[in-house]
Amino acid sequence: MTGTFAFILTMPYSEMQVDQTKTFSDIGNWLVEFFEWFGHLALFCGRLIRSAVTPPYEIREFVHQFDELGSKSLPLVALAGAATGIVLTLSTRDSLIRFGAKSFLPAVVIFSIIKESGPIITALVVSGRAAAGIGAELGAMKVTEQVDAMEASAVNPYKFLVATRVLACMLMLPLLTLVTDFFGILMGWVANRAAEPISLQLFIHAGFKNVTFNDFLPPTLKTIVFGLLIGVISCFQGMNARGGTQGVERAATNSVVLASLFIILADVLLVRLILVFFS
Amino acid sequence: MPSKDAEANSKKGTPPVRVEALSKSFGTQVVLKGISLEVGRGETVSVLGRSGTGKSVLLKLIIGLHKPDSGSIRVNGEEVTKLPLKELNEVRKKVGFLFQQAALYDSLTIKENVGFPLRRHSRMSDEESRKRVRELLASVGMEKDAHKLPGELSGGMQKRVGLARALALEPEIILFDEPTAGLDPITAAEIDDLILRLQKERHMTSVVVTHDIHSARAVSDRVALMRDGQVLIEGTFEDLQKSRDPFVMQFLDGS
Repeated sequence: MTGTFAFILTMPYSEMQVDQTKTFSDIGNWLVEFFEWFGHLALFCGRLIRSAVTPPYEIREFVHQFDELGSKSLPLVALAGAATGIVLTLSTRDSLIRFGAKSFLPAVVIFSIIKESGPIITALVVSGRAAAGIGAELGAMKVTEQVDAMEASAVNPYKFLVATRVLACMLMLPLLTLVTDFFGILMGWVANRAAEPISLQLFIHAGFKNVTFNDFLPPTLKTIVFGLLIGVISCFQGMNARGGTQGVERAATNSVVLASLFIILADVLLVRLILVFFS
Repeated sequence: MPSKDAEANSKKGTPPVRVEALSKSFGTQVVLKGISLEVGRGETVSVLGRSGTGKSVLLKLIIGLHKPDSGSIRVNGEEVTKLPLKELNEVRKKVGFLFQQAALYDSLTIKENVGFPLRRHSRMSDEESRKRVRELLASVGMEKDAHKLPGELSGGMQKRVGLARALALEPEIILFDEPTAGLDPITAAEIDDLILRLQKERHMTSVVVTHDIHSARAVSDRVALMRDGQVLIEGTFEDLQKSRDPFVMQFLDGS
């Protein structure tokens, strides 16, 4: 099951050139495939929710997945956060100087990081790291019958493999976002320090002066939705993998592509909703 | 149908596995066309057939991993096609399954693989469960490799560990999916010996799906030869050899 989105994204150029005779049936097939994909995803989510809410709960496995996800993503998000902070400071500084608003620099950098850059960068980095990992791992387990073996030994794979990973993604993303925010702000200050001698205390003070709870909490917590998307999409791709190593490769690639795409689309909606409810 | 069950019980007890008029297709591909098979208590039945004739699907249907299109599957008298998941899982705990490629969990060590069903389903203490894992691994001659990961083992060794895992919950029934496929003749014979020995010790009911007639001959009391999604001929191995059916003759000679 490739999914229309992945199909469009991975399509070679030659196929994009429209063949008039095929167009209508192609559109028909696309639509069928598109709705079929969502149908399967909905069934998958239904099964996932049913498994997740009924006891027994797989607490040990959840802790293991939480730890695994956190420890493997932490260096990456810290690095991505640091780079974002530096880039943001350097480019914003230049613009602000032109407008004679240099004193706003700490506020602009900090607002930008906690409200948007931090959450989205974290989500995209984790979708690259964890979605590929989960898609490939579950895909490999599926094609080598390990998922069947688990089911045959009376363990629900949706509970043991899927629910634990989805929950780990959901709860880990806000924490990783805090890490990104921290390193972003810290390195933002360092980058600024290279140009003008301003203390960290002053930078933080100037930056956070007008920050309210509503500027910080909703954007950080929206990453729970990003985590949900990463977890659900990668587990869905993994659990539906078939056809040997190629199937595993497809599951991993599609997990990353679709998770990143859905994160960006969901962000549009979430930013709008946060503006409506929290400003 | 209690009367029918009672009748069956009175005759020879409920057969551990009874498959009736079972059909299954995937999309347009029809795999099983009304297959029927009965396996008595303590009996070993081999299902023979060419590759890709739905033998593995039959095993997966028996344990409820696939749903049939029509027909009935009874395991210890329970109709698995109609059981809700919870009850189905109770049935599954009494059935061991050795997968074709062993299907060991890649991320777990050998002893964790064997201990997995125990940790999930038995009320054993950690110490008891460790002891049981040691015993199980010793019974398949793999106790020395307990700390290794599945990727570090050869195909035959993985099969042994898979067998130990399938035996962990002391199942009444065990299903073997191509136990000797992909193994050299000597290792295959060792696996056959292991299956025979375990059957003698534990008196389990076994269904062996294979295309290896040597293996089928070595381990089974009865064989069923499949063709076109149905059982073509059923009986002892000698019955098969006496058959004049061209397909049966070709199958026995050709392999």
